[in-house]
Amino acid sequence: MMWSPEIALLAALIIPVIGGVFVGLLGKTPNLREGATLVASVLLALNVAYLVSVTGDRPELIYEIGSTGLAFGLKLEPLGALFAAVASGLWIVNSLYSIGYMRGNNEKNQTRFFVFFTIAIAAAMGVALSSNLLTMFLFYEALTLSTYPLVAHKGDAKSSRGAAIYLSILLGTSIGFLLPAIIATQYIAGSTDFTVGGLLNGEASPMVASVLLVLFIFGIGKAALMPVHPWLPNAMVAPTPVSALLHAVAVVKAGVFAVLKVSTYIFGPELIAAAPASDWLAWIAALSIVAASIIAMSSNNLKRRLAFSTVSQLSYVTIGAMIAAPLALLGAALQIVMHAWAKITLFMCAGAIYTASKKTEISDMRGLGRLMPWTFGAFAVGAFSIIGLPPFGGMWPKLYLMMGAASTGQLALIGALILSSILNVGYLLPIPGRGFFDPAPKEGLKKPGPMLAVLPPVITAAGATILFFLIGPLTDFLAPVFGVEL
Amino acid sequence: MEFLASILPAQIVAHAPAIIVVVPLLMAAVSAIMPNGKLSWALVVISAAVSVVLAIVLTVDVQTSGVISYAMGGWAPPAGIEFRIDSLNAVLLLLLTVIGLLSAVYALPSVAMQIDANRQSLFYAAFLVCFAGLLGVAITGDAFNMFVFLEISSISTYVLVGMGAGRDRRALTAAYNYLILGTIGATFFVIGVGFLYMATGTLNMADMAARLPDLSSSRVVQAAFAFIIVGLGLKAAMFPLHLWLPNAYAYSPDFVTVFQATTATKVAFYTLVRFMFDVFWPDAAFVAVSFFWVFAVLGIVAMIVVSIQAVFQTDARRLLAFSSVAQAGYMMLGLGIGSVAGIAAGMLHLVNHAMMKGVLFMALGAFAVRFGIRRISDLNGFGRSMPFTSVAFTIGGLSLIGVPMTVGFWSKWYLGVAAFENGWWWAVAALIVSSLIALVYIGRMLAAIWVAEPQHDRDGDIVTARAPWLMLIPIWILAIANVWYFFQPEFLISLTNAAAEAALAGEAR
Repeated sequence: MMWSPEIALLAALIIPVIGGVFVGLLGKTPNLREGATLVASVLLALNVAYLVSVTGDRPELIYEIGSTGLAFGLKLEPLGALFAAVASGLWIVNSLYSIGYMRGNNEKNQTRFFVFFTIAIAAAMGVALSSNLLTMFLFYEALTLSTYPLVAHKGDAKSSRGAAIYLSILLGTSIGFLLPAIIATQYIAGSTDFTVGGLLNGEASPMVASVLLVLFIFGIGKAALMPVHPWLPNAMVAPTPVSALLHAVAVVKAGVFAVLKVSTYIFGPELIAAAPASDWLAWIAALSIVAASIIAMSSNNLKRRLAFSTVSQLSYVTIGAMIAAPLALLGAALQIVMHAWAKITLFMCAGAIYTASKKTEISDMRGLGRLMPWTFGAFAVGAFSIIGLPPFGGMWPKLYLMMGAASTGQLALIGALILSSILNVGYLLPIPGRGFFDPAPKEGLKKPGPMLAVLPPVITAAGATILFFLIGPLTDFLAPVFGVEL
Repeated sequence: MEFLASILPAQIVAHAPAIIVVVPLLMAAVSAIMPNGKLSWALVVISAAVSVVLAIVLTVDVQTSGVISYAMGGWAPPAGIEFRIDSLNAVLLLLLTVIGLLSAVYALPSVAMQIDANRQSLFYAAFLVCFAGLLGVAITGDAFNMFVFLEISSISTYVLVGMGAGRDRRALTAAYNYLILGTIGATFFVIGVGFLYMATGTLNMADMAARLPDLSSSRVVQAAFAFIIVGLGLKAAMFPLHLWLPNAYAYSPDFVTVFQATTATKVAFYTLVRFMFDVFWPDAAFVAVSFFWVFAVLGIVAMIVVSIQAVFQTDARRLLAFSSVAQAGYMMLGLGIGSVAGIAAGMLHLVNHAMMKGVLFMALGAFAVRFGIRRISDLNGFGRSMPFTSVAFTIGGLSLIGVPMTVGFWSKWYLGVAAFENGWWWAVAALIVSSLIALVYIGRMLAAIWVAEPQHDRDGDIVTARAPWLMLIPIWILAIANVWYFFQPEFLISLTNAAAEAALAGEAR
């Protein structure tokens, strides 16, 4: 067959970039330009689907740089395949949505927007498929830089300030903490390859591992563990499709994915369990979950509330990685998938509401559900999934995380998870609740917004429901990474 | 490369060490009497090209048959002047000539705009003198001869800097300032050399090196060491002796800045390495103490303090000038580490920094030719006004920060590794802090270029322009080199490792 796994690995990076070139060239004719985005996203999804099907072979492409002992490499393994599948699958839906949103709001510089979007997706694919820390670092930074113009898209004072905070926190933490940690890893282990069982396991003492773990966890600023989270709420100045795909899926998930991958393949569960810092980091993550939920509850701006909800939900992954029991790691990996589908739904709904009514504050949204039933319905589904109710996908990660915490006896963390679910109910459900049950506003809204802004969240909401039933294949796919017996 | 050596007449190969210096020196005289600037420029390019060929021949020769010792005029050393080429200065020769050629090609459009037509021939003549002087410093094995060449290059540089007065009168004070400080540096150096001559009775560096260890308790030798390090440190813009540099870079003609930033301080750094290892010897107590307390400490202070100074500049070239002082700090740190790995990392950064700063200053010069920029805010929106130059500038900037996929990463990587091997983890921390600050000041310029709104003409269209081809080609050669040598670092690493080993070989002597 012509299409080999190695080619597909490269293609995952190249397809979006070529798509971006076409988007740039076709900037004069918006319909063709959007066509290029959609074609690229479909091709990428097909390519990633192919990659998922060959994950068992663990194909890899390594480029050694002379005699320097460093290398760039791509390697397919289940976690990365999963992340790539989530990001590329949601890119299709989000592209449809972007078109509806950007046109519905008459945004300027749409060509630039779509070009950088494709580059960001390519960088996310790179993070997903990297075979070592150096390569991952490179794509991680590329992701930061390529999303900067998207965050600053509006170009006014507020958005450039938000974008400056975005850039300085993400670059600052990655160069200040992550890079030294990578250098130290290379120095200790002689390589930075992701290794089953943990590269540093047996190489580093628990004390050294603790220091490195702290550097890694805070260095990966995209995981938004408090106190390095402020970039995320500040990134909300971006147009909503950016917030939806990048700050609910690609960028933040690249962060927690990196955390998970570092914990699994660089440290390994044994070393994490032995390192004293992991307990503390789990506690910081638990605090982060609760504190961010409380802040979310107090914000009236919908996107800000969703942003803090994301901060809170991302820490689920960090907690899972720090508990490091097989079930907890599985829960963390599932959280990446489930939260992505649910949160992108919520963000898209927020954008659809804005496009239709120009409303951004939650208190103004009373009764809107009567006029926009599909949008608010989708929002409700997303909210249920985040809370963790069956039959929605978000239930599984919480279940596995709690089982994982129980297996190591960290019962207090279970308490934090339960508290978080209660808080989720408190800050998410009132929005569709008020939307449906309060009387409709007298004036303003005439129609529920453009089709392309309303349909995508409905699709992802359906996806979040279907995922509940796909748990069997998902765990089968991930089980070999964590050695889970089910 | 061997091929070149084989096609040249044996006579030329045998006398290559002399010819490489003599050709630009003679051409300078011819250039001065040329009727117009273009002809002089052609002479410059030709002599630079000749010197590249000769430098390659010499490098190959050193690699295959070891140290070359050339007795000037047939007078055998130590009495006569010796030109001595080993792996350490072969790197310098190669760098000087290649960068010299690229910047010579680049010079024409920039000089045509910034220098009066009737002075262009003289300008090019001064440049050739400076070029010959730097080559001489790099190649000579005689301490007093080194002083002479150092002054030849310095004095012509003062002239070149002062030529910037046509555009900005501050060039005159900058040149004057440079003249005073540069002369103090040269005086210190020659006093040091005089002391050494007094103590050892020889001016040949290899000969000195053989005699000095017996005189390690001599106060004269110790004083000579202090004088020489301070004098050369001044020429190398070693913190805190760098005060002449920012203005000299900021107000001189663009082409002079490009050439200065990529070569002059590099050569001075080389002389420091040469004197530390191959004239003095690192085992002596007064030399050993300077590795840490002079080079490492001052290097790190420069890396951080001067980088911070760079952040607050408004003039684009001044910003890069401060950055150059900070980057010189990296080389000083490499020297301060003092191991083969440290020197090799310092030398690697020397070469890499010439590549990255070359791109940056050249691109600024190209911007200036089209839009007459000075301040960082003048760069607003150049990403759309001059996209090709802007992309090259961005590559150079990323390389300066040390982003992987650019050669700047290897500088920092190997410096970090060398520091770790010495147990100097704090130096690694300083490296990272300094890179972060570099990110800030380069980020300011990149933000102006890529994010800020471009200038619009009356119709509301974006003003666009393309740099002249003669500028664009050298810019892009260097920009591509910045990326190429990341993926194929073998060549540079073997070259600089050989250089470091050659430097430390003197220790064994």
